[in-house]
Amino acid sequence: MNSAKATVPFKGTKEQEAQLLAVIAEKKDTQGALMPILQKAQEIYGYLPIEVQKIISDNTGIPMEKIYGVVTFYAQFSLYPKGEYTISVCLGTACYVKGAGDIYDKLQEKLGIAGGECTPDGKFSLEACRCIGACGLAPVLTVNEDVFGRLTVDDVDKIIDKYNA
Amino acid sequence: MENITVKVNGVEVSVPKGATVLEAAHAAGFEIPTLCYMKEINEIGACRICVVEVNEGRGFRLVAGCVYPCTDNMEILTASPKVIESRKKTLELILSTHDRKCLSCVRSGNCELQKLCKDYGIEDASKYDGANNVYEVDNSAAHMYRDNNKCILCRRCVAVCAKTQGIGVIGANERGFKTYIGSAFDMGLGETSCVSCGQCIAVCPVGAIAEKDYIKPVLEAIADPEKVVLVQTAPAVRAGLGECFGLPIGTNVEGKMVAALRRLGFDKVFDTDFAADLTIMEEANEFLDRVKNGGKLPLITSCSPGWVKYCEHYFPEMTENLSSCKSPQQMFGAVAKTYYAEKMGIDPKNIVMVSIMPCTAKKFEIGRDDQNAAGVPDVDYSLTTRELGRMIERAGINFLGLADEKFDDPLGLSTGAAVIFGATGGVMEAALRTAVYTLTGENPIDFPEVRGTEGIKEATYNVAGMDVKVAVASGLANAKELLEKVQNGEADYHFIEIMGCPGGCVNGGGQPQVAMGIRNFVDIRAERAKVLYNIDAEMPVRQSHENPAIKALYDEFLEKPGSHKAHELLHTTYVKRSIN
Repeated sequence: MNSAKATVPFKGTKEQEAQLLAVIAEKKDTQGALMPILQKAQEIYGYLPIEVQKIISDNTGIPMEKIYGVVTFYAQFSLYPKGEYTISVCLGTACYVKGAGDIYDKLQEKLGIAGGECTPDGKFSLEACRCIGACGLAPVLTVNEDVFGRLTVDDVDKIIDKYNA
Repeated sequence: MENITVKVNGVEVSVPKGATVLEAAHAAGFEIPTLCYMKEINEIGACRICVVEVNEGRGFRLVAGCVYPCTDNMEILTASPKVIESRKKTLELILSTHDRKCLSCVRSGNCELQKLCKDYGIEDASKYDGANNVYEVDNSAAHMYRDNNKCILCRRCVAVCAKTQGIGVIGANERGFKTYIGSAFDMGLGETSCVSCGQCIAVCPVGAIAEKDYIKPVLEAIADPEKVVLVQTAPAVRAGLGECFGLPIGTNVEGKMVAALRRLGFDKVFDTDFAADLTIMEEANEFLDRVKNGGKLPLITSCSPGWVKYCEHYFPEMTENLSSCKSPQQMFGAVAKTYYAEKMGIDPKNIVMVSIMPCTAKKFEIGRDDQNAAGVPDVDYSLTTRELGRMIERAGINFLGLADEKFDDPLGLSTGAAVIFGATGGVMEAALRTAVYTLTGENPIDFPEVRGTEGIKEATYNVAGMDVKVAVASGLANAKELLEKVQNGEADYHFIEIMGCPGGCVNGGGQPQVAMGIRNFVDIRAERAKVLYNIDAEMPVRQSHENPAIKALYDEFLEKPGSHKAHELLHTTYVKRSIN
């Protein structure tokens, strides 16, 4: 089975799998078990890649597609891990009118991933966020705890290079 | 049961308590349109095309008629101006995300959405045009494609795959405007554990899912003077094809079908029924051999390629229970390209074997390994009943005006036992007719316990002092239930017949689509099955072992059932597959 969604190689451990199997064993015979199992699975692994969904499917008898449908329905579930650096671009009103949309597009192009995804080397993940309360610095993005403001599209390369160094 | 009275458009009607507004309206002679609704399978009230006005004493309001229960003295308006306006708006909104390429759509003319747009007088199909999603067509499966640009998200396909078939390889992904029907992690259907049954195609109201069409290469083969193009038709085709030409559900068109195939230019028009008789000879022999020699039991039939693929994916530990017999389609091809080719002095490489099937899984089956008795594929093209209907129409043949014709000899000769292969329980009954004869010399014909459309049937027959326990299942969710009983040791059958589609091949994924507004009230499985049982009752020979052409085949070529040669040509092997 191949996922059409390429992502970072799966690095799940035996311990994580044992934890997940215990959760499944505890919940699988209750009605509506899938949601709590998925929530716990995301706690254990940080995200819900195909390998994790397959474990859930094999051990509950719930078809893979049904699980995938639920995972993609709810914004709280992620198919991708967080990278070493999470780049979060503010798309709140002030940042947006100051051109944050272009910066977001440039980042997607530069990193070769869409919002919500992680680069295959596990280095960067990209997400959009709403107002972070720094409208005076609009447009703003954060890389983990670092804040970058008054950005133009041309600043994107420099920021990435800084963390790639 | 307690009855209540409701008034539909002023017409009083008494209905059982618990009846829906849709059912009450139907009883009163008014049809309410539906798109998502499938009785007992998809009762989600989602598409809102079925809205009606109801008054339960507090004034009229709009409700979803397909799922809303009647209450005593309810007043129902099924076509008021407000209702019509609402339905029209719903249609305009559906059209806003539909590709509207009706002229090049396989469903043009029998599309449920197209008909509703006509019925409700849609004036501007692009009224709510705006941002839209564009999807790639999924061509990855051997038997069909999915085109989400035409999908209206009714979820009938999802429901039939998950509930009727117990599989669930397609479903709704993402949410809101981005919602689309697809597989887990956007795998192509061909990578999933889809079994190719085609039930999703049979219930799709539009052209979003359809079989892969092989009419063109078949016509090219017919036009090629080098090629000898043989055609075989499965039993259920004669019970469904007439619907493509407006005949009532349950019309036998065997004679017209043969005449039409001849006019299409096939060199010989043969009958898969011949190979069904052959299957019985081999399978009854295999069954008796397994019983006598302690072979793997229960023996499970292998005629239905959707079922076989399901077994390989979902019950891989039971593939040894499957009969090693090829399906009748494949046995036919094998015999045509060996015995018949030799008899007629034709190089098998020049034979093009075409089959007409009520089935889409047959398109997958022709590409399986170990299905090439003469060193070339047993069957070259497998077309659905629907494709044959389109071929006949395209050739300008006046189907309804054709006089009945007969199949060609010798591979067109068959028995009543063979024709009932197209209905659930038919293979079992045919096998019993021959197995009982072989063991006792008696010739019983009727085994009514295994007939009928119930999903699971069981019977025990005392044959030559032995209690033979048999079971029959159709529809894969039913098959699953039955097999779990066998695995848990709750049942100890000797012989099981399983057909992938509910009701058997007559309701196969390759049969003409019947609008859900009709299907919700007419059991098409029973109507079409009647055709086959009526043919059986009128056949001069009703047991496979009495078929003179089969006797000749064994005398001249195969020696006896289960012979070395028969094994080489007519039997096959299975693989274990994973669940995706």
